[in-house]
Amino acid sequence: MMFVPGNNPGMMADAHIYGPDSIMLDLEDSVTMAEKDAARLLVHNALKSIDFGDTEMVVRINPLSTPYGKKDVEAVVKAGVDVIRMPKTETADEVRELEAEIIKVETELGCVGRTRIMAAIESALGIVNAFEIASASDRMMGIALGAEDYSANLKTQRTPGGAELLLARETIVVAARAAGIACFDTVYSNLDDMETFRKEVELIKTLGFDGKSIINPRQIEVVNEVFAPSQKDIDKALRIIAAIKEAQAKGSGVIAVNGKMVDRPVVIRAERTVALAIASGILDKEEAL
Amino acid sequence: MRNSKVVSLEEAIRKSGLKDGMTISFHHHFRGGDKVVNLVVDQLARMGFKNLHLAASSLSDVHSPLIEHIRNGVITKISTSGLRGELANEISHGLMKEPVVFRSHGGRGSAIASGVLHIDVAFLGASSCDELGNASGCPRSENAKSICGSLGYALPDARYADHVVVITDDLVAYPNVPKSISASDVESVVVVDSVGDSSKISSGAIRDSKNPRDILLAKQAAKVIINSGYFKDGFSIQTGTGGASLAAVKYIRESMVEKGIKASFALGGITAHMVKLHQEGLIGKLIDVQSFDKVAAESIASDQTHQEVSSVEYASAEHTGSAVHALDIVILSALEVDVNFNVNVLVGSDGIIRGAVGGHPDTAEDSALSIIVCPLLRGRIPCVVPKVTTLITPGKSVDVVVTEYGIAVNPARPEIAGRLAEAGLKIVDINDLAAKAKSIIGEPDPLPFGNKVVGIVVDRHGDVLDEIRNIED
Amino acid sequence: MEIKNAMAGTLESGDILIQVEPGEGLQVDLQSSVSAQFGRQIKAVITETLKGLGVENASIKATDKGALDCTIRARVTAAVVRATGKDVWKD
Repeated sequence: MMFVPGNNPGMMADAHIYGPDSIMLDLEDSVTMAEKDAARLLVHNALKSIDFGDTEMVVRINPLSTPYGKKDVEAVVKAGVDVIRMPKTETADEVRELEAEIIKVETELGCVGRTRIMAAIESALGIVNAFEIASASDRMMGIALGAEDYSANLKTQRTPGGAELLLARETIVVAARAAGIACFDTVYSNLDDMETFRKEVELIKTLGFDGKSIINPRQIEVVNEVFAPSQKDIDKALRIIAAIKEAQAKGSGVIAVNGKMVDRPVVIRAERTVALAIASGILDKEEAL
Repeated sequence: MRNSKVVSLEEAIRKSGLKDGMTISFHHHFRGGDKVVNLVVDQLARMGFKNLHLAASSLSDVHSPLIEHIRNGVITKISTSGLRGELANEISHGLMKEPVVFRSHGGRGSAIASGVLHIDVAFLGASSCDELGNASGCPRSENAKSICGSLGYALPDARYADHVVVITDDLVAYPNVPKSISASDVESVVVVDSVGDSSKISSGAIRDSKNPRDILLAKQAAKVIINSGYFKDGFSIQTGTGGASLAAVKYIRESMVEKGIKASFALGGITAHMVKLHQEGLIGKLIDVQSFDKVAAESIASDQTHQEVSSVEYASAEHTGSAVHALDIVILSALEVDVNFNVNVLVGSDGIIRGAVGGHPDTAEDSALSIIVCPLLRGRIPCVVPKVTTLITPGKSVDVVVTEYGIAVNPARPEIAGRLAEAGLKIVDINDLAAKAKSIIGEPDPLPFGNKVVGIVVDRHGDVLDEIRNIED
Repeated sequence: MEIKNAMAGTLESGDILIQVEPGEGLQVDLQSSVSAQFGRQIKAVITETLKGLGVENASIKATDKGALDCTIRARVTAAVVRATGKDVWKD
């Protein structure tokens, strides 16, 4: 998920050519108070007019407690955004409040249910409430960690190893899995230190995250490389999926590959491997079907 | 010293026998820092010369003082490879009575060698020169100020002009060897304070583009090369200027190391990137018509396997020893590419001249694989268009076009398209790229061209390829 | 509709700076590096956006840096919202 400042039209028009899985246009921290109105209009018009291809479009709005939040919701829902990212989420009630705002606009448009929600958790209270937040609405598609505010809130600071974030990261993964939604890690801002960035991506992959937030196209390749499954894993996953199809065609409930029974978790992992391979550009969609 | 040829500029001009209506020539190795053209033409104007034909290997922003000399009738005709800045703008608006003649580097070399472009007096700047006229672009003393490395574009002038004046800001003791220009071709030597502003002649070190779009294009171009079928041990390569084509070398390098593939030579304008690969043993030899930066200029001064080459030996179509005939892969940039793969590198999409033909058509035609790297859009300017504003490199010479929206392969090269698709690269129809550009920016209005011909593009074989008309405001 | 002086946008590549002032009828003064090919379209988008917002009298100075139509619409709207104090979104 690539962050793009919401008041920079040049960067917005270009963002999707680098092939991120999703683009997050930002109306919050990257936009000054004096430009909130202009950025909102820019994002609204960009979403309506620019062909972003298959890229999932996310907009980070301002908190509903600010004078900007509700207008942001109206502007981006009217422009047909895929996902609204709510910053600084601390309770499930905040998610439900956002949902109510979305429903208001969607009702007016006649498209209730179209917009999904991602909640960014950026405080200790948010981490404590992670599962409630993750399961607060059917529209919840994912939760994400916002590490800068979170570490400030903990009264510590970010380190290259990320020890200060460990509990938050694990909590977010566990909460997301328990709620059956996706989870995304925070950004890494030092563009000149690709080594530490790669280590961080490797760590969060191991922890179970579905993806990483990035601030520059140069970071995409590293994320794709780290998340890309090996050819051996892909081949194995494709064999398992083929076996499932075969079993389904025969009407058999028992799935076997190379004479071994295949459990449900193995099937899920195989599906995930194939999805990752497609997302990383290693596997063609057609080939996988 | 006996037989010293050192004289003042005025005396050198007088001795040369230059008359009104004759042809004078210059090289552009000092690029944006050049002081020689303005210095000489100012002197010619003071001496009352009129109707001169200025035949430069290229002209740039720094030559805007020529506008006055054109208005006053000192210069009435120009031949060049490139034209930029205010001079280009004025000429595009109809400054000159006679159209400017544009030739490629190889085309200019051939035209000089064959006598089609006859030079009466060549005024050739040099970084070092002795009193007899042995001249070089390399530093030969601690006083060296304006270093440019190769003097490749000046060599046909030195050899074929009727009269040669070398202009230097570092007169060194005889013999100035190794020499690029031989004393036996030189009639006069003029010593001046400075032939060029060194800060504008070349940059100091490798500049890696951090522009993410350049990086994306460079990586794609590298993938095209690696999977093209021409990436084999002993291959040869040339890169044009432009962030993306320069950066492509960096990504090819990784693959060369990994697969144990080495290049036999790199050709053309030589950059620090190429020198680095050469010094690492990944490129056998460097054939250098123009040293693009300080690293390249230092390398050519000290390395026997880094050789200077004249524009004739570099890119002439006819010359049997021309290096482009042996070139496998070239990466080039473009202002515009059209749906027939024709390329424009000279005239901007506002109709104003703002570029240079350079070695583009020479290398594209003779190489086994020519790759054009350009963004689909520059701001609201489309780079893939239905028809180029000015034809410089015909589509039959162009094999692959790399953009951020996909890679288009000339239908005449299905085998390359096949190999690239096999490697998982996104191959698109060039018509779809043009349509994509139009869908983003809309349909441009036609340019307000007038009826006056301000430029003629002559191809490397000597035939007229296209003409450029004046632009009206 | 009362119009005060206001502006929106930037001079960065891909953007357009719109300055709105009170005026008689709609006047658009455009500076653009792509005016030869796109000047007519840019002016049309500006005028159409103004009319859509109910602005009949205003003088517009536009300095374009290669903005796309959607950006021009957004910047004109933002400038008008600032000039009139009337937002296009509900409160």
